[in-house]
Amino acid sequence: MLEVIIFYISALIAIGGAVMMIAQRNPVASVLYLILSLVAQAVLYIQLEALFVGALLIIVYAGAILVLFLFVIMLLNLRGEKFGYDQGKVGVATKLIFSLVLIFELAAVVHTVSRSTNLARTSEHLNPGFGSVPPVAELLYTKYLLPFELTSILLLVAIIGAVLMARRDRADKEKEMT
Amino acid sequence: MLEYAIISAIKIVVIIAAVLTGCAYSTWLERKLVGRFQHRYGPMYAGPFGLLQPVADAVKLIFKEDLVPDKAERVTYALAPIISFIPALLSFAVIPFGDTFEIFGRTIDPVISDLNIGILFIFAVTSLGVYGIVLAGWSSGSKYSLLGGIRSSAQMISYEIAYGLSIIGVLLIAQTLSMKELVAQQASILDWFIFRQPVGFVIFVNCAVAETNRAPFDLPEAESELVAGYHTEYSSMRFAMFFIGEYANMIAAGCVVTTLFLGGWQGPFLPPVIWFVIKVALFMCFYIWLRATLPRFRYDQLMNFGWKVLFPLALVNTMVTAWIKLY
Repeated sequence: MLEVIIFYISALIAIGGAVMMIAQRNPVASVLYLILSLVAQAVLYIQLEALFVGALLIIVYAGAILVLFLFVIMLLNLRGEKFGYDQGKVGVATKLIFSLVLIFELAAVVHTVSRSTNLARTSEHLNPGFGSVPPVAELLYTKYLLPFELTSILLLVAIIGAVLMARRDRADKEKEMT
Repeated sequence: MLEYAIISAIKIVVIIAAVLTGCAYSTWLERKLVGRFQHRYGPMYAGPFGLLQPVADAVKLIFKEDLVPDKAERVTYALAPIISFIPALLSFAVIPFGDTFEIFGRTIDPVISDLNIGILFIFAVTSLGVYGIVLAGWSSGSKYSLLGGIRSSAQMISYEIAYGLSIIGVLLIAQTLSMKELVAQQASILDWFIFRQPVGFVIFVNCAVAETNRAPFDLPEAESELVAGYHTEYSSMRFAMFFIGEYANMIAAGCVVTTLFLGGWQGPFLPPVIWFVIKVALFMCFYIWLRATLPRFRYDQLMNFGWKVLFPLALVNTMVTAWIKLY
């Protein structure tokens, strides 16, 4: 009973936070709502006995990536005056089509999941130690080794790219100075 | 179920009360020790040895006027001290303060929750603490606060990486993330991870000082340049919350160091909880000693030290430990 109540509260906060995030004009408030939504999602993971994933969600997204978002917003000192009125370059028709595609996808996912038999599983059917580090690590380094390594290469390329772009910018500025 | 809930509630109340008292008396300890370092007495008038000074401070702060600057973003401004205060308290949830003991025929484990990802939980909640400082800096609507907030976020992001990497050596040797099992693996003094992971310990202590924004890493609140950094505009109890949060973070860092490197609550003769308190108190003295001794870093020195010294050192330490572990 308690679990159900916690589930509904955190699910509501997760969805509500996500909606509020895109409804805000103030970028800092958007980031705050996103953090709220992420924390609620972490609670959902923990309820699924996936403690490790829940902790990583907080450490990586809430603790690192969103701090960087906030950092950039603060550096540019965006206070929301210029936002919200701009309709953007994309036409209404395009927006509608994309929204419909996304809604269709969402419906398809809900439909497939709700018919799956796995839903009947409860925590008693799980292997001991499920959700802690060793089972996750075992899957990462055996079954999903290739995607894991490919992702790490992708991230490395992104890091080198970012460093390169920052350096080129600085080199240009130095040229202008002299 | 009910019994479990009641016991947990009692544990939570006891631990929060202990931590808050610890925070109050850390300020006393700091003023007393820094006074001695500077050839002064420190607080003397409120009670014997100035022991009632924290109470006097609290009364003073409560009666101060609670100012909100005109340019402040009100909601965020009110939220920031709370955000910096709560994560500091949350991290005490997984710290084991002593061995199991029996009372009224029940076996009590002096830890609120022994998660199997204990240490990751601490890193997760402490990584949220930076928001309090960043938002305080941004919402105050003051240049000094904003600069302090920006500095702080840059500093905390930079040092968090080395912070996380420095404990991987310990975790590789221990093969567990549970705080209780980490303590259990340091039964004799030679097994303490400070001796098995000396490099990791040094990096961890450096990063712990930087993460809690203490001297010599206290750039976010460098008085000579930024007035008081992110909490320039705060007064009264809101300021007190930042203050308590900072001390709670220091105590939490002390608890983590004790648990990871100094054998946790284990020690001869005295009861386990006493040993734990002694070790944490010594670490607090170390913090204060640092503050009284070292001058503040310059900003570029701070960044260079984090990225070019601590980070590579932590990586090499992890690799060497993993290599030794394997072969």
